[in-house]
Amino acid sequence: MPFKRYVEIGRIALVNYGKDYGKLVVIVDVIDQNRALVDSPDMVRGQMNFKRLTLTDIKIDIKRVPNKKTLIAAMEAADVKNKWENSSWGRKLIVQKKRASLNDFDRFKIMLAKIKKAGVVRQELAKLKKETA
Amino acid sequence: MLGLGQRFPPFHTAFEPAALHRSYTTTESMAPKDRKPHVCRNPDLIRGVGKYSRSKMYHKRGLWAIKAKNGGAFPKHEKKAAAAAPAEKPPKFYPADDVKKPLVNKRKARPTKLRASITPGTVLIILAGRFKGKRVVFLKQLSSGLLLVTGPFKVNGVPLRRVNQSYVIATSTKVDVSGVSVEKFDDKYFGKKVEKKKKKGEGEFFEAEKEEKNTLPHDKKDDQKTVDAALIASIEAVPDLKSYLGARFSLKSGMKPHELVF
Repeated sequence: MPFKRYVEIGRIALVNYGKDYGKLVVIVDVIDQNRALVDSPDMVRGQMNFKRLTLTDIKIDIKRVPNKKTLIAAMEAADVKNKWENSSWGRKLIVQKKRASLNDFDRFKIMLAKIKKAGVVRQELAKLKKETA
Repeated sequence: MLGLGQRFPPFHTAFEPAALHRSYTTTESMAPKDRKPHVCRNPDLIRGVGKYSRSKMYHKRGLWAIKAKNGGAFPKHEKKAAAAAPAEKPPKFYPADDVKKPLVNKRKARPTKLRASITPGTVLIILAGRFKGKRVVFLKQLSSGLLLVTGPFKVNGVPLRRVNQSYVIATSTKVDVSGVSVEKFDDKYFGKKVEKKKKKGEGEFFEAEKEEKNTLPHDKKDDQKTVDAALIASIEAVPDLKSYLGARFSLKSGMKPHELVF
């Protein structure tokens, strides 16, 4: 079982602890064994411990410590946002966020929709059962 | 000596201290409320030490100009003759021990501060009492601080009722209450009816009285109907809102109240 995701310059990582929890950041330089210099279009470049990062599959093409403009351009070129939002991991996070922000009324409407869907599925199942029986 | 490098401003014309303008002249547009807040004339260098000395401040305040206008002396008002205090008679009785005066209490009774999330038309979840769990529409806050709510009655059986703010969760769902007039409802409307004192009568009398009191008077039923008519119209405009208000809220497995967004 070799490693597939490496810490390298240009690796996109997800922050899993701290003030920037849930953000996607780019590893822009490695400081020492434990820390990386990390940057993102909406944050000030700073250091982060690797333990606070979870590596993703996405990688962009940059040189060591690019300036903000170059970084943003590289992220656009690699289409990080869309790749992330279409990946199963990204989609899961979006759904989690949506569920956490649901209103009481929204939860009620979802309950009605689930019941309706289950009803339809059950009807189809009954039909199929009748055919095979 | 003018060689000192200080400029002495000409008398009165080019340099008029702001103080003069404020009190003695009025501009056309100026109403007393239009004044800009005055910046401090003597800013602090450090706390307790001003930037300008006494003599400089005297000059800045323009007291020299006021004096000059008044012929060399600061204008004085005559002291109003103090009204002669009515002659007090010495009291007839001095208490042996000191009489304690009660402490000053300037607090005013106010209705409870209404949470910002509760506005007319908000759907509230009642948490205690016989209607616990019911989702209900908020109408207004009464002068006692209690909240006036209604089911509406046809939708979930909750009548026009008072509820305490502490026993309520405010959701972010709002219903349009512009068509509803709630002016006539106040705390007296909901108070217990004063019973007329009856002399102790026969057993028959008592039972008759009790039966009368149990039914709601017709005017209260009509009030409920008028309030609900407008409300139900606006509720039915939103899909699923009627069944939402008819259902009770309950915590299910996995729901963490501190993480739920209402």
